[in-house]
Amino acid sequence: MNGANARSNMLDCLSTSIPYIRFLGLMFERRGDEITALMPYKPDLIGNPLLPALHGGATGAFLEITAVAQLVCDTMLKDEAEGALPEDYAPVMPKPIDITFDYLRSGKPLDTYARAIVQRRGRRVANVRIEAWQEERTKLIAAAHGNFLLTSNGS
Amino acid sequence: MTDLSKRLTEGVATPDGPGTVLVGIPHSAAMGMQLISADDGEATMMLPYSEALVGDVATGVLGGGAITALLDTCCGAAVFASKAKRIVSTATLDLRIDYMRPATPGQDVYAHAECYRVTRSVAFVRALAWTEGREKPVATASAAFIVEHKPEKKP
Repeated sequence: MNGANARSNMLDCLSTSIPYIRFLGLMFERRGDEITALMPYKPDLIGNPLLPALHGGATGAFLEITAVAQLVCDTMLKDEAEGALPEDYAPVMPKPIDITFDYLRSGKPLDTYARAIVQRRGRRVANVRIEAWQEERTKLIAAAHGNFLLTSNGS
Repeated sequence: MTDLSKRLTEGVATPDGPGTVLVGIPHSAAMGMQLISADDGEATMMLPYSEALVGDVATGVLGGGAITALLDTCCGAAVFASKAKRIVSTATLDLRIDYMRPATPGQDVYAHAECYRVTRSVAFVRALAWTEGREKPVATASAAFIVEHKPEKKP
């Protein structure tokens, strides 16, 4: 399998096989090494029915998962560069160490998009900034920055 | 009591849990979150373990985002439960989460939040989530909320 297909398959696998990602209904689109995550609107994502507004927790989880998806894709690219991926290849899932969410606008009952920018990727830790928007790319509804652990054994 | 605080403090009693389901907050209700208590600037909640919220299929550990959503909701409830009784609405301004250990698979997650300062515009909250016991936190949170107070009645 070539690397690009492997990366697209991995993203499909994330949205279909991880229960919590399926619960939120997230999807991923890949263009080269850039991932855009999509959280299609559904009533279960609402936190304040009076406004109505998306739940900050749903938006937060969406940002966090967007960062994980981008980091996994980057890991696969890096592993490919070091040699062909074996049949049973499974990239290490990054784990959040800490994340700070800034809620900039109330999330409307609309589809939401997010992209992650990896500010620095070290051997053990990656620092990532994530942005989420709805109708206009420049009008962010939320942003986050956080550190993710890239090793599996916590060392 | 305002409509919003009613939504946070009144729920539907469940026969198989210690709290009430937060029916007024669709996303929290969909996750199965229960409010155990909210009084005097403090709130306690419980997120029942659910396979639908698993983020790591191999281990059965809940998604980090589910803990984020629980802590965000719990912090909001603590703001409504603060001594400043006239709060009519809140919105999360920022939320920082530190992830200390994975939530134990199969176990319910508890969260406790304390709103320790409310000004005219902002409420400050800290919170803790745990499965095994409070001395072994799964995550801690620190948040700021924008608050709106009910206007003072003219004498």
